[in-house]
Amino acid sequence: MPKDIIIDIKHLSKSFGDKKVLEDINLYVRKGEFITLLGPSGCGKTTLLRQIAGFIAPDEGQILLEGKDISSIPPYKRPLNTVFQRYALFPHLDVYDNIAFGLKLKGVPQDEIDTRVKKMLKMVSMSDYEDRSVDSLSGGQQQRVAIARALVNMPKVLLLDEPLAALDLKMRKDMQIELKELHQKMGITFIYVTHDQEEALTLSDTIVVLNEGRIQQIGTPTDIYNEPCNSFVADFIGESTILNGTMIRDRRVEFMGHEFDCVDEGFGENNPVDVVIRPEDVYIMSRLDGAQFTGTVKSCIFKGVHYEMYVDTDKGYELMVQDYNGFEPGSTVGLLIKPSDIQVMRKERLCNTLEGEMVDETHVSILDAEFECLPQEGLEAGTKVTVEVGFDKVDLLDHQEEGATGGEVSFLLYKGNHYHLTVLTDSGEHLWVDTDDIWDKGDLVGINILPADLKITRKDD
Amino acid sequence: MKKFFAQLYIWVLLFLLYAPLVFIAIFSFTESKVLGNWTGFSTGLYRNLFTGRMDGGSTLMSAVENTLLIALIAAVVSTLLGTVAAVGIHNLRGRTKRVITFLNNVPMINPDIITGVSLFLLFVFLHFSQGYVTVVLAHITFCTPYVVLSVMPKLMQMNPNIYEAALDLGATPAQAMRKVMIPELKPGMISGFIMAFTMSLDDFAVTFFTRGTIGLDTLSTYIYTDARKGGLTPELRPLMTLIFLFVLILLVVINVRQAKMRKSPVR
Repeated sequence: MPKDIIIDIKHLSKSFGDKKVLEDINLYVRKGEFITLLGPSGCGKTTLLRQIAGFIAPDEGQILLEGKDISSIPPYKRPLNTVFQRYALFPHLDVYDNIAFGLKLKGVPQDEIDTRVKKMLKMVSMSDYEDRSVDSLSGGQQQRVAIARALVNMPKVLLLDEPLAALDLKMRKDMQIELKELHQKMGITFIYVTHDQEEALTLSDTIVVLNEGRIQQIGTPTDIYNEPCNSFVADFIGESTILNGTMIRDRRVEFMGHEFDCVDEGFGENNPVDVVIRPEDVYIMSRLDGAQFTGTVKSCIFKGVHYEMYVDTDKGYELMVQDYNGFEPGSTVGLLIKPSDIQVMRKERLCNTLEGEMVDETHVSILDAEFECLPQEGLEAGTKVTVEVGFDKVDLLDHQEEGATGGEVSFLLYKGNHYHLTVLTDSGEHLWVDTDDIWDKGDLVGINILPADLKITRKDD
Repeated sequence: MKKFFAQLYIWVLLFLLYAPLVFIAIFSFTESKVLGNWTGFSTGLYRNLFTGRMDGGSTLMSAVENTLLIALIAAVVSTLLGTVAAVGIHNLRGRTKRVITFLNNVPMINPDIITGVSLFLLFVFLHFSQGYVTVVLAHITFCTPYVVLSVMPKLMQMNPNIYEAALDLGATPAQAMRKVMIPELKPGMISGFIMAFTMSLDDFAVTFFTRGTIGLDTLSTYIYTDARKGGLTPELRPLMTLIFLFVLILLVVINVRQAKMRKSPVR
């Protein structure tokens, strides 16, 4: 671990009611770093930031600032400042008094307040606005005042909670550049929260990808983009096609019904893996000789700089391709992927593993419901068991009542020729399902599993 | 034609509403003992009222003093209580918030007479000697919900992060309340104060049941007793006219403020 750590978060957990919002977060921030907490809404990123600021107390774990635990210090005693999502300027004060608010509370002499506020106003190019009421400012100007109000206190760390989310696209791009410059000029550590992956890639030194209260990956923007560690990160950051594959041996992987050379090692032999292909990494050409595989262009849309095409491959997979040249829908094309552009990821799981209990010889209780199973010998009622179910063995039904239990589709991933769904069951567990049917996020489904598809073993203690 | 009747309707309605008030105002400018007899224009009653030279002048003046003082104390205390309560209710969530808001609204719909009698019974039960203090307490009780009601919208309009922003910049919770929350809530608090003041000013039922037997009179109980003694003291006519004008001005002030509050952009 490097020496210049300013914030060190250890085993941080937080629940609201029954809902676990953050689970065992471990993270350190280096001095002067621009670090971004990135994730979809509800992933816990704002909760994490608010705990660092001191507005929420963690249930478990520690937040160390320069080696000292600040978990129990109230926000007004922490040497940190926050820029809020909707600015939160004080409407009854003018621009000058908003910025001077923190300094006045600290009892800084008036002439020093004056110089520091003026300097800060200049820094955010708002020099002529000091007497204006904050209501008369545009969104972008209000955001500048909010940033100035926080930075004028010279905090050890500046916390930013989606500060640009309320601005329009053009303004957001300009402010991104200004923020980056401010960070470089002032040398203050920035912790930035956003759900916008492009913003995170543009601004950050380090990105922390969060999902469902857990850290998925920590890395530089290039690491996160080029070497996502799991299918969530690959899907969330940028465009990608994620496919099931088999690692044949080191540097040799099979997917989409073809074998490819790659640069990955250490996945074992004939092990199932996930493969990520970025659409800009696929070479598409009208020549068929010299291509690794062929396909038929299904659709082609002009996107400004490039064309975005969906190609049906010779073995029945769908692949997204981006190229400067567009190809007519219906035309046959040759496709090629370079070894270094194939990103291989270990599969997080190979099947669903559920904890349950035998009800009688032919029934097992899992997911808080009873499922019929094949007669089990030697497992009497009440025995704790582990039940394995293949991803493709779970039946999803349109109506929740028709299933043995119900759930909600919480995440979906297209894997070239089928969907890989994450279903949050009524019992609060996750079930992963491979299906050819089309479902939407938030769909309520019934869940059934055939007796023969339940692989039951005694749970060893 | 249709429009004519619509116009007529509204004017008849307004006439019926304001006729008694106008009637009193007109007859405050004549000295006749009996209401309804015009004995020539005079400002004598106004002069009597302000110099106190009339029958029972001193009790009337002390009743006016009591009324204003009680209204002032009740309004100040209920504004403070109501504001704190509103902040508390605003920070509640879901079911609890709905229940408490409902409980806050009940006393406002509850008939005054019931509030009065139940407070009377409560004070008797607690062996409180009834008088000035019980009247003030009773007035605070029924005024506070109105303050809560007028501060709540201001809280809902407020950016939820403002309080946190103050803490973040180094303000203690007390400083954040004083320097950020109070200035933000001030318009709502002033409306609540005015509302509480006028509610207290015109209360009869609650005062009547909680004033005890020490002979404490507010304006409304004084008038009630006076009228029962046989005819209203003529000086009450100019007094009522003045009170009506005072309340009218207050109402205009409240409405102008509310119009301004609505115009200010929601943040």
